[in-house]
Amino acid sequence: MNVFHPHSKRVRAHVAYAMLAVVMGVLVAGFFRVQVLRSSSWELRAESNRIRRLPVPAPRGTIYDRDGRILADNVPGYAITLLPMPRDSARAVLDRLADHVDLSEERIERVLATLGRFGREVVVDPDADFESVSVIEERRGFFPGIYVEMRPRRRYVLGNAAAHVLGYVGEITAEELASPDYLNDRYDRGMTVGKLGVERQYEGRLQGRQGWKYVEFDARGRIVGDFSGVRTDPGEPGEDIHLYLDYELQDYIHSIFPDTLSGAVVVLDPADGAVLAMYSAPTYDPNDFVGGIDDDIWRGLTVNEGRPMFNRPVLGLYPPASTWKLASAGIGLDLGVITPDEYMPDPCTGGWQFGNRYFRCWDARGHGFNNLSEAIGNSCDVYFYQLGVRIGLDRLLDRSTDIGFSQRCGIDLPQESQGVFPESRDFWRRTFGYAPTEGETLSLSIGQGPNSQTPLKMAQFYVALARDGSAPAPRIAKEIELEEGWELNLTPEHLEALRDGLRYVTAPGGTAHFGTALEHWEVLGKTGTGQNSLSVQGLAEDHAWFTGMAGPPGGAPEVVIAVLVEYGASGSAMAAPIMAKAADFYLRRKHGIPTDTIQTYLEHLLAGVPAPWYRERFPPEAATRR
Amino acid sequence: MRRLLRVWSVDPWFVPGVVLLTLFGIAMIYSAGEVHVPNPVTDTAWIRQAVWFALALIAFTLLTRVPARWLEWVAAPSYVVSVVLLAATLVVGTGAGTAAGVRSWIDLGFIRFQPSEVAKLATILALARFLAQRERPLSSLRDFLVPAALVGLPVVLVLLQPDLGTAMAFVGILFAMLFWAGAPIALLLLVLSPVAALVLAFDITIWSWYIVGLIGFLYLYRYRLFLAESVAVVLANFAAGTIARPLWSSLAEYQRNRILVFLDPEVDPRGAGYQLIQSMVAVGSGGLTGQGFTMGPQKRFDFLPEQHTDFIFSVVGEELGFRGTVLAIAVFAYVLSRLVKMADDASDPFAGLVLLGIFGAWLVHVFVNIGMTIGLVPITGIPLPFVSYGGTFLFMSWVAVAIAVRVAHER
Repeated sequence: MNVFHPHSKRVRAHVAYAMLAVVMGVLVAGFFRVQVLRSSSWELRAESNRIRRLPVPAPRGTIYDRDGRILADNVPGYAITLLPMPRDSARAVLDRLADHVDLSEERIERVLATLGRFGREVVVDPDADFESVSVIEERRGFFPGIYVEMRPRRRYVLGNAAAHVLGYVGEITAEELASPDYLNDRYDRGMTVGKLGVERQYEGRLQGRQGWKYVEFDARGRIVGDFSGVRTDPGEPGEDIHLYLDYELQDYIHSIFPDTLSGAVVVLDPADGAVLAMYSAPTYDPNDFVGGIDDDIWRGLTVNEGRPMFNRPVLGLYPPASTWKLASAGIGLDLGVITPDEYMPDPCTGGWQFGNRYFRCWDARGHGFNNLSEAIGNSCDVYFYQLGVRIGLDRLLDRSTDIGFSQRCGIDLPQESQGVFPESRDFWRRTFGYAPTEGETLSLSIGQGPNSQTPLKMAQFYVALARDGSAPAPRIAKEIELEEGWELNLTPEHLEALRDGLRYVTAPGGTAHFGTALEHWEVLGKTGTGQNSLSVQGLAEDHAWFTGMAGPPGGAPEVVIAVLVEYGASGSAMAAPIMAKAADFYLRRKHGIPTDTIQTYLEHLLAGVPAPWYRERFPPEAATRR
Repeated sequence: MRRLLRVWSVDPWFVPGVVLLTLFGIAMIYSAGEVHVPNPVTDTAWIRQAVWFALALIAFTLLTRVPARWLEWVAAPSYVVSVVLLAATLVVGTGAGTAAGVRSWIDLGFIRFQPSEVAKLATILALARFLAQRERPLSSLRDFLVPAALVGLPVVLVLLQPDLGTAMAFVGILFAMLFWAGAPIALLLLVLSPVAALVLAFDITIWSWYIVGLIGFLYLYRYRLFLAESVAVVLANFAAGTIARPLWSSLAEYQRNRILVFLDPEVDPRGAGYQLIQSMVAVGSGGLTGQGFTMGPQKRFDFLPEQHTDFIFSVVGEELGFRGTVLAIAVFAYVLSRLVKMADDASDPFAGLVLLGIFGAWLVHVFVNIGMTIGLVPITGIPLPFVSYGGTFLFMSWVAVAIAVRVAHER
């Protein structure tokens, strides 16, 4: 048999053709399946392969003060984003990136973990500086999968002067995303949200709607261009918020509050309860929080004994001490158990016997007979002991509760402490395990006993005294609905008597006179000396209070201010001048009078600056009134 | 000129078909260079390919003037030289481009080439020489020993480089030529049977039935085989089945991944499956009509791996669509079928064997290269003749064309 016989060859040639046809047929069938039958699914895949949908952060709404000055706005910043890629490659890129960008090992680990969990782009640095961004842009091929974009960056114009009231922003946490407050159709990973203060309170309005854009990348994560032809969604900027806050006053209070002390200042407009300024010391710079706070700064803030993050005006609870005597007086007048001119039957002899116990007045020398105004002016405990007995424990508790001393003011801030005050006799059983005696009334009526209030609450109460006995809820933002305030049933005569008492404190001869005497304005107020756990042991000074109001002499008060200085020892020496200076600054600007740094009479005396207005404002005969 | 035309006249459409494929290849290499982030090397690759084409045409013209006898004479020496060169690659071989880890190139300074390309042709000539001299037909496995040794030596050397794709081309050469030399198909299948046993051994039930079937087949076929050969076949199948699992675990991680990914690319979409998925995305999104010449987004955005060389056909699929791929496959099928036709027409056994050897090599190249772009075949680095970028490869492919035409002309 000749294998190369033409016939034999012809058979094998046909077998070879058949083999060839089978092999080529398999290929064609394979391509038919991929290119014709399943083409559409591969097309989709091709699109998603190279086009990445990236979020476009919407600028946050601007926060304005009462006159339209900017308190918080946005400036251009740079964010560095990492596109999804295998973990090892991501690790390599991030390590390279760490040479140019401040990127801690912790942060790298967190980014890698997020990348692994979601398989989506991750913000590596939400706030990169221009220099590092330039380096990355110049050497783009060196940083595959790294995407740099412009992003609005929050700026707090007042810095640490308005930290607590405005709050700050930060990256949304996993817990926040999981909570119903942050609906998933608006919120997404990597977004910036308000964390505290106004930023948190009005997060829903300040936050815009995040947009989307489509960016084309090649296989190595290099940007080829913005993808045209597919619609992009620029998002919507957030709503602007206008506050009642006064930019300059807030800044001024920050400048005059002693740097080494802690405390709070609340300035309210008695006309409507608007918050003109709210300051907490010590403070911090909210700009540090933008784009993630440095660990060092964060540790410094949280470990600090002065607790700079603590918003004292609304969270700090302090015994109101003598400043609360006005509440006893107001309730007494409201209930009609006293009249303004009535003298209490027992004169103050440095103390008062009630039942089997002797209650001391703060001044062992005694104050003699006092009517309401004189009792306020002298801060005479004996008068208020007797007033308290007249009111009676139950009525005192009921009425105090009515005007909110065991509640929150309802200010538009995310956090506010509830005042501590017994709402009923049950309080003692619950808290101390015994039934209250009538003697508790005496302590409560002079602002002692189980009574702790926020500076904001005391300011709100003095707003009622500065107007008609009613107090609207304090508010920070304009055009918002707030819960209603409360009302004391007081006549103009009652109010005048109460204010007259406050006037004693600041009039010539009053304890706070020199520190509060101003050229253009009349200051009324009450000092308070709040004992605290350290001061009763003699380890520290008492807390110093001064709450009061100011306005043109003879006119209605136009501003109410509560000042608390922790361990400030003396309400008249420490707290009152801060109140007077803040009031002077605010009122001068309101009435178009040039401001000055030397404001109170005391300052004139200390600085040796003549005060020719003093004799006019305080004629010598007035001092003899007492 | 007259002589050249006469040589071409052996088959008036074979050489034009190959010219068409080469021009098509240059066009696709040009397109592969058209990407969004330009790369100065790949940008101009098509020009270098065109220059090599010109050189290849000169070589083609010269070679077609050589007396066909010379080809028989050089068969043995060129085989020896190419084996030496292959051995040399294991010592002085370098990687190149994307296959940097493989020692399959020899760098002479002014030129780099793959000895395995020369070895393929030399092996074809040597094997053709050997088989053409045989008096008796190939009827037993013992007759396969010398041819298998002739091919086995370069295969082992190529596998050591390691270059699996080229090794497969050698296997294609061996089987095509044995087939043409008259080996019964049943016998060829028996030779391949241990490979089937190797794969089937991963399921012991299937493997058992396979062995039973094999023994049954050998019983029916008993008059055509020596007993020892039948026993050898069975033993080889048993051995293959036994070593399957140890062999699997001895494979390197990446080699195992290659195979797993072939079965399901989504096992490792960002690692070993990446090339295949990206290639299939490109080919699949080409659809019926394609994205248009030079317009393929997958290619433009650099998602395609090795788009000039091994994966050039993905660019074809993406840009020219199913219509283009079918046309390209048809041209290849036509060119390959002309090789069979010329072998059929050739009166000289040596000529027919050489033509079938070239057929076997190219068929493996075409099927493996095109098949891997859509996952029909595991990914191995093997270029597409005439189309993939690679100067020396194109040149040697054209040398093969010249040899084919030359031997076919000696009727």
